[in-house]
Amino acid sequence: MFDVIARPWPWYVAGPLIGLFVPALLLLGNRQFGISSNLRHLCAAVVPRNVAFFRYDWKSSGLWNLAFLAGVFAGGFIGGRLLGTGDVAITPGTKAMLTQLGIHDFSGLAPREIFIWANLLTLRGAISIVGGGLLVGFGTAYAGGCTSGHAISGLAALDRASLVAVLGFFAGGLLCTYVILPLLF
Amino acid sequence: MTPTTECPDESAATMGRTGVSVLWFLVLGCLFGIILVKSEVVSWFRIQEMFRFQSFHMYGVIASAIATAALSIMLLRLTGTRTLTGEAISVPPKQLGRGYRYWIGGTLFGVGWALTGACPGPLVALTASGFSVYAVAVLSALAGTWLYGYLRPKLPHY
Repeated sequence: MFDVIARPWPWYVAGPLIGLFVPALLLLGNRQFGISSNLRHLCAAVVPRNVAFFRYDWKSSGLWNLAFLAGVFAGGFIGGRLLGTGDVAITPGTKAMLTQLGIHDFSGLAPREIFIWANLLTLRGAISIVGGGLLVGFGTAYAGGCTSGHAISGLAALDRASLVAVLGFFAGGLLCTYVILPLLF
Repeated sequence: MTPTTECPDESAATMGRTGVSVLWFLVLGCLFGIILVKSEVVSWFRIQEMFRFQSFHMYGVIASAIATAALSIMLLRLTGTRTLTGEAISVPPKQLGRGYRYWIGGTLFGVGWALTGACPGPLVALTASGFSVYAVAVLSALAGTWLYGYLRPKLPHY
């Protein structure tokens, strides 16, 4: 049993489970499944200053979601450290392309050539981690949602605005993959 | 922090309800985090594979998640199901307008998604899963959201 849980979960198990968070949160109090609102709630809680976007009652609108986010952190720990993660079995084609880009360490969930503290201050470390993080935070706030809010909640509700946002996600991702990464690596 | 002051923001009026215990959300979030890690959705490698169209894994996860959620919403609507505390369930539509904020914001987010190999949930899960340097990406994402809030009056939204 433990063996089955410890192994990587196939898409047809993980996808439907993720989809069920939408009705679960609706049933628990008409909450909309979406992670990125928490970035706004945290800004509102810690450094609202005089920025109108952060001057609202984050506790009443966001405490449930911040609790959800705290859970994600705990879940990341359980999933990654207690259940253990092996190497990610990506396809040989992707492996070859990434090798060409200069990625040689394929152990773990992310390449250690970028995502370890020692590489944070290298050019590609700083751009990937600091620059990437900034764009994730800025973009998701501007678009009013991320993968969970727009791609899953939004598309499931057949929301046209979410479709535009998701097309944007992919446009940006492709631009980064085919133009920015080759320049960066 | 002054928790007792009333805030006039409209979101507080529509969202600030007394609902079920916050513990429920913590437990659900925990399950979500485990799923994200165990399905490798948090992996930079999987995101690269997705943007290079070389594996069905990510598309399978996202598409089956959307299908499950859509079917669930349809069932909730058809049956007129209410929340556990008896409220009506509603999924408010977003205003598309000319879509500037969705196009521009979405594209910027997409670049960040491919660079970090993670969206906001995975960034947090990864930090705890053993790649602690992702904490810096989470802080950067907070800075990015703050910057958006600061620049918001100057940005086109429609």
